[in-house]
Amino acid sequence: MKYVIVFLVGGAICVIGQLLICYTRMTTARILVAFVLAGIVLTALGVYEPLIGFANAGASVPLTGFGYTLAKGAIDGARQNGVLGAITGGLEASSGGVAAAIFFAVSGALAFSPKTKK
Amino acid sequence: MSMPKDKRAQIYRERVKALQPKSKASGMCVRAFFVGGLICCIGQLIRDFGEKALKLTGNDLSTFTCVVLIFLGALTTGLGIYDRIAKFAGAGTSVPITGFANSMTAPAMEYKKEGFISGLGTRLFSIAGPVLTYGVAGSVIVGLLSLIFH
Amino acid sequence: MPACKRKGERTVFFERKPHIVSAASIVGDMEGAGPLGALFDKILQDDTWGESSWEKAESKMFEAAARMALDKTGLSTGGLHCLLGGDLLNQLITANYAARELSVPFFGLYSACATLTEALLLAGMLIEGGFLGNAACVASSHFSAAERQFRYPLEMGVTAPPTAQRTVTGAGALVLRGDAPSPCDPFQSVCVAGGTIGRVVDMGITDMSNMGAAMAPAAADTLRAHLRDSGKSLMDYDAVITGDLGKFGTKMLIELCDSEGLHIEEKHMDCGNLIFAPGQGADCGGSGCGCAPVVLGAHLLQMLEDGIWNRILFLATGALMSPVSNLQGESIPGIAHAVILERVRA
Repeated sequence: MKYVIVFLVGGAICVIGQLLICYTRMTTARILVAFVLAGIVLTALGVYEPLIGFANAGASVPLTGFGYTLAKGAIDGARQNGVLGAITGGLEASSGGVAAAIFFAVSGALAFSPKTKK
Repeated sequence: MSMPKDKRAQIYRERVKALQPKSKASGMCVRAFFVGGLICCIGQLIRDFGEKALKLTGNDLSTFTCVVLIFLGALTTGLGIYDRIAKFAGAGTSVPITGFANSMTAPAMEYKKEGFISGLGTRLFSIAGPVLTYGVAGSVIVGLLSLIFH
Repeated sequence: MPACKRKGERTVFFERKPHIVSAASIVGDMEGAGPLGALFDKILQDDTWGESSWEKAESKMFEAAARMALDKTGLSTGGLHCLLGGDLLNQLITANYAARELSVPFFGLYSACATLTEALLLAGMLIEGGFLGNAACVASSHFSAAERQFRYPLEMGVTAPPTAQRTVTGAGALVLRGDAPSPCDPFQSVCVAGGTIGRVVDMGITDMSNMGAAMAPAAADTLRAHLRDSGKSLMDYDAVITGDLGKFGTKMLIELCDSEGLHIEEKHMDCGNLIFAPGQGADCGGSGCGCAPVVLGAHLLQMLEDGIWNRILFLATGALMSPVSNLQGESIPGIAHAVILERVRA
């Protein structure tokens, strides 16, 4: 059952992105930014945390989940450390993902070369 | 012919908009739904594995899931598979965190020909840069606002 | 002082009618697998052609196509009076580096995908004017080099909108001569009879993945000007052939012409629609500087040589876009230069 919910919610979030691509001809780069910002706003409004509780990876794997991690980190940081925590909290909470993305991107670039597409 | 140029251009643009082939939204959405849902399920599998086999909890568990997914995204990009799935799945592959990994690995691979500093190092962020820029800036704003409202 | 040879607003007719004596085309494997595959001189199975970058590979294709076309008519690079050509890449790097290797007198030209007809028209004028005895016109494009300059990295997972065309990997070269062809030249009876200079036309299209729509008004404008200046009608031509409007651009051109009472549909062909077959993953057709020259050199000139056609109007169309101006909110201007290609009886 848990996996059904993960599948349904995760799929539905992707469909929202697809609708934006199809009907507004939004570029991929804009979609990525829009989803992270949407995650941040929804977290600030207190909407996204319950969704994560309900759908687990279905809500945390889409980029809105990355926005959630950033916003939640900043809010928690602010609570514990005031202004400094508000500044450091977001990156602190997401540091694993950011560092991994940079590291694996560099490794990937060293190991592989792009190929012409058919 | 006596129509002013701007008016003619406007009519032309409207005709282009009306006649241009539309992407088949329904088919794309179904595929985005299945592939996107599937990637999330893979994420859940990784998470459950981390929880049960590695006894991870809380933030560590989230970070572990995220790191493994990013690794998989970067690896499939390097192998030239990710963009092929993306052609089929559209937003189903762009929206999950694996798409973020793809958007960093792809330019890093592409621009290493222009060297490690001005090529790979700079261009790595050409697509994902704005995500980090506005994501981090947004989180600081939210953090500061939370100080005011609590 | 001889009278000005211009006719009407921007059309010229040549008295010497420079002959196109040879052509060469080199394409990538996807183009080679298309409907015209058997007609190309060389199909690259590996589109890096052993080079370390797409840009270097494209330059090698440009150079090789030029050499191949010269070889076919028995000209050495030393005997070539002028090379005219260009490509899509910033600062014309493909053409410039190829010209460095060829070490011949060179004019680098840019009209995006209309570069070939710009070169043909200028070469025709230079020969007509007696400044050159022969000239080579070369243009090229490379899918992977164009993608990384204009769009996304190759491995980036993006879906192209249905109006997106695929940049042709190809280089095509044509050799023009002022005097009569020698008996062993591949083409004995094809000449450039004149042409019409294009204007930059912009209807405000901003979508970089809808270049056909951005270029169609320029093609219509040049066609209209050509018929008005020359006093000819569509009846005088066996075919009206555009460079790379693709499926959707073709549709818009036909609509634009129809609205002015010019019914070109039956006579119209588009190189971008000829080069790929349905199901090759380029549903809206091909594009790029290399599209028009490889289709012209490998296929269309033979139709004239064989006498299937006697006269065609060839309009290569270019979308003069730049990612920089596009990001600054500018629309995409188009241009189309036309040349009249005729069969002359020897």
